[in-house]
Amino acid sequence: MTTDVRISEAGLADKPLLEIRDLAISFKTGSGEVQAVRNAHLTIMPGETVAIVGESGSGKSTTALAAIGLLPGNGRVSGGQILLDGEDISHASEKRMIELRGNTIGMVPQDPMSNLNPVWKIGYQVKETLRANGRPSGPADVAEVLSQAGLPDAERRAKQYPHEFSGGMRQRALIAIGLSCQPRLLIADEPTSALDVTVQRQILDHLETMTSELGTSVLLITHDLGLAAERADKVVVMYRGNVVEAGPSLELLQNPQHPYTQRLVASAPSLASRRIQVAKELGVESDELLAPGGPVVVEPTMTEDVLQIQNLRKVFKLRSGFGKSTDFTAVDDVSFNVKRGTTTAIVGESGSGKSTVAQMVLNLQKPTSGKIVFDGVDTSTLNNKEIFAFRRRVQPIFQDPYGSLDPMYNIFRTIEEPLRTHKVGDKASREKKVRELLDQVALPQSTMQRYPNELSGGQRQRVAIARALALDPEVIICDEAVSALDVLVQAQVLNLLADLQSRLGLTYLFITHDLAVVRQIADHVCVMEKGKLVETGSTDDVFDAPQRDYTKALLHAIPGARLMLPPEVA
Amino acid sequence: MKTNREIEHFVAPVEETPLLATDSLKTDQAPLSLWADAWRKLRRRPLFIISAVMIALIILVALFPGLFTQVEPNNNCQLANSDGAPAGGHPLGFTFQGCDVYARIIHGTQASLMVGVFSVLFVAIIGVTLGAIAGFYGGWIDAVIARLGDIFFALPLVLGALVVSQLPFMRDNRGVWTVVMILVALGWPQMARITRGAVMEVRNADFVTAARSLGVSRIGSLVRHVLPNALAPIIVLATMELGVFIVAEATLSFIGIGLPGSIMSWGNDIAAARSSVRTNPAILLYPAIALSVTVLSFIMLGDALRDALDPKSRQR
Repeated sequence: MTTDVRISEAGLADKPLLEIRDLAISFKTGSGEVQAVRNAHLTIMPGETVAIVGESGSGKSTTALAAIGLLPGNGRVSGGQILLDGEDISHASEKRMIELRGNTIGMVPQDPMSNLNPVWKIGYQVKETLRANGRPSGPADVAEVLSQAGLPDAERRAKQYPHEFSGGMRQRALIAIGLSCQPRLLIADEPTSALDVTVQRQILDHLETMTSELGTSVLLITHDLGLAAERADKVVVMYRGNVVEAGPSLELLQNPQHPYTQRLVASAPSLASRRIQVAKELGVESDELLAPGGPVVVEPTMTEDVLQIQNLRKVFKLRSGFGKSTDFTAVDDVSFNVKRGTTTAIVGESGSGKSTVAQMVLNLQKPTSGKIVFDGVDTSTLNNKEIFAFRRRVQPIFQDPYGSLDPMYNIFRTIEEPLRTHKVGDKASREKKVRELLDQVALPQSTMQRYPNELSGGQRQRVAIARALALDPEVIICDEAVSALDVLVQAQVLNLLADLQSRLGLTYLFITHDLAVVRQIADHVCVMEKGKLVETGSTDDVFDAPQRDYTKALLHAIPGARLMLPPEVA
Repeated sequence: MKTNREIEHFVAPVEETPLLATDSLKTDQAPLSLWADAWRKLRRRPLFIISAVMIALIILVALFPGLFTQVEPNNNCQLANSDGAPAGGHPLGFTFQGCDVYARIIHGTQASLMVGVFSVLFVAIIGVTLGAIAGFYGGWIDAVIARLGDIFFALPLVLGALVVSQLPFMRDNRGVWTVVMILVALGWPQMARITRGAVMEVRNADFVTAARSLGVSRIGSLVRHVLPNALAPIIVLATMELGVFIVAEATLSFIGIGLPGSIMSWGNDIAAARSSVRTNPAILLYPAIALSVTVLSFIMLGDALRDALDPKSRQR
C-alpha cells in the first residue's frame, strides 16, 4: 500500500484520513479465540468514497466497527494499527474515542427499523447527538440538520416518533444524525439494504451530494458489488476476514484478479444480464453443483396454462377505532397466466401485494373476488380433501431459510414430513426418497442427521427446496426464495432451481423485489405496484423496452446496471 | 464523489487465502431422533446425573419409607422427649410432641411428593392444553379461555382454597387428592398464560406456514411444530411450580384445610414447628431442607432437559 504523500489535482498535500494497517481482530467465544479479521489494510483519502464488499461473515462490518471503537465486548484488536490522521486509535482510551465519535467519525447504521429509539421523538435524537458533541442544539439547528438530509417539513417532522416515519425517512433521519456534526469520515454500514430499490437510489444519491458538499470521506459497507462499484472510488473485497483484492472500482469490476473476486463478479445478479438457462445452452459453464448422472431433459410443453389468475382481488379490513373499519385493497384486479414448465416472476416493492398473491395461489388465504384456476379447476371450490391433494401439486419455498425450517426437526424429519403427511410409502422407501432428494439438491446424505441451526443459509434453502420437491409437485411458488442469501450462494441456488426445472419440468412462480434476479431466472415478468399489475410481458421485452414509468424507475434503480463490463462477465 | 486520484490495484496472493467451498459441511454422524439425541446429551451432563440420582432416591424414600427408618413416626411419641436433642436411633432429635424428626421426614416424603408431582402434572395437562388452544386459535376462543383463567387467577390461594374446600365432597374426603384438586383449580391459569404467550410467538413462524402448505392440518401443526418450540418456558415454570405446590400444601394444612393431621407431610411438619422456632429451630430446619433439596433436584432436571431439547445448544 502506498503511504507516501502525493499531490492531488487540487494541489493540496494529501495525507490519508484513515489508514488501516495489518489489522487483526479476534473474538473470545466459548471455544477459544476466533480470528475474525486478519491482515486487513485500507486507505481512505479525504473526500474519497471507499467501499468494503463481502458476504456475511467476511469481517467487513467488524473492520468498520473497529475503526470507530465499537467492537462488541468479546472482540478486541489483536494486531495492526488504525491510523486516523496519523494517530493510532486502535487502542485509544474510551475518552478519546468519545471525542472522536460524531465529530470526526460519524456512523449510519444498517437497519433503519431498529436503530432509532422508538420512545423518543426524532428531533430529540438529533438534538442528543448535537449536544453530545458540543454544538448548538436549538430547535432551529435540529430542523436544519434534518432538512439537509432531505426530510421535507423538517420542523414538524422533528416532533414525530420513529413509527410515524417510513423506512426511507428513517434512514434519512439516521443519515442526518450521522452527518449532523459534520464528521470528516462517515461509516455507512449497509445503509440501504433494508430499503426498496427506488428508495435506495434516492438515499444514496442524497448521501453522495451531501458528502461531496461537505468533503466527507465515506466508508461504505455493502454486500452488493454493483452498488459498491457505482458509488465508490475504490472497492475493497473481503473474504473470510482477509482483504483479497482492492483497487479502483471500475478496474476491479472489469478486470478482477483474485479468484474470489472473479466468482463474485460473475455471480452478482446486478451485473449478470443473461438468463441462466440460455447461458447454459451456449455452453457457458454455469455451475459445479450438478448431481452426478447425466441430466434427464424433460421437454416442457410450452403451450398449456397451468395457472390462470383472473381478476384477483384481496381486501383487508383495517380496524380504525370503535367498531369502524376501513378497507385496504392489497391486491386489485390482477390477472395473468402461467405456462407449464416456465418461470413467471412477480416483481414489486414492499407493500405491492406480491406476497399476498402468492398466499392466495397457495390457498393459504381466500381471495375477496376473482378466480385462481389451477389445471382447469377453480381452487376456491375445492373441499378439504381436494385441498389436501392440491397441496401435493403446488409447493412453496419461503424467503427466510432461517425461519422456514422447524428448529426442533432434524433435516431427515423435515424433508420426510410431507411424505409422512401424505402417507407416501413406508419408512424404508421414505428414507430412500429423502436420500435421493438430498442428492438432487447437492447436499451430502450425512446432512440428514443435522439440525437447521447447524447449516448455512444456502444449505438451509436447499433443504427447503428438497422438502418442496418431496411430493413431486408441478408448481413451486418461490416467495423471495433467494433474497436472504449472499450473492455466491444465491447464484448457486438459482442455478439449482434452473437445473431442476430443466430436469423435472417444474413451473415456477417467483415472487421477488430484485429485478436483477428476475433477469437471471424468469421467462415472464409481472410488475406490481400498490396492488395493481402495471406491466406484464416476456423478460426480454420488459427489460429491453419497459412501457411504464414505474418499471423504468425500477430498472433504472438497479445498482450497477449501467456499468461497463467485460464481455466474458456480461 | 469520484476523484481522479490514482488508486493502486491490490491483489492478495492466492495461496494465502485458500478458497474453501462456500458451503462446506462437517460430515460426522449424529443420532436420528430428537429424543434420542437429547438422551445422548443428557447422559453426559453432570447436572442431569446428579439430579436424576437425587430424584430416584427421593422416589425410593416415598415408596418404601420402611427401608430408611424403623422408628414409628406417629403413634409412639412420648412427651418426655419433647424438643429433645438427637439421641441413639433418633439422629435428628424430637419434635415438640416428642416424635422422631427423622422418621417423620422420611414418612412425610410420600404425601409431599405426591402433592407436588401430581399438581404439576395436572396443571401442565390442563394449562398447556387450554393455553395452546387459546394462543393458537385466537379470537373468541382465546377471549373465553383468557377471561376464565383470569377469574381463577384473581382468587387468592388461601381464600379460593377455603371456598373450594367447603364443598361437601371436599370436606368429606380430605386427603392428598383433594389438595391436588384445589391446587390444580387455582394453579392452571398461570401455566395457561405462559403457554399461550409462547405459542403465540411461534404460531406465525414461517415453518408453521410451510407445514400448513405441505398439507399438515392445523391441529397437527400445533402439536408437531408449535408446541415443541414453545416447550422451554413451560418446563421452567413446571419445575418451579413443583416447589411452590409443596409449600402451598403446607399453607393449606396450616389453616386446617389441607392434609389432615393423620397424614404426615413436610408441610404439616413445617407448620407444626412454628411454635418452637425460637427454642429449637432445628425442627423447622430439617423438613425445610428436605423440601429444598427436592425442589432443587427437579429444577436441575428441568434445566438439563431444556438444554438437551434445545437444538441451538448442540455442540460438537
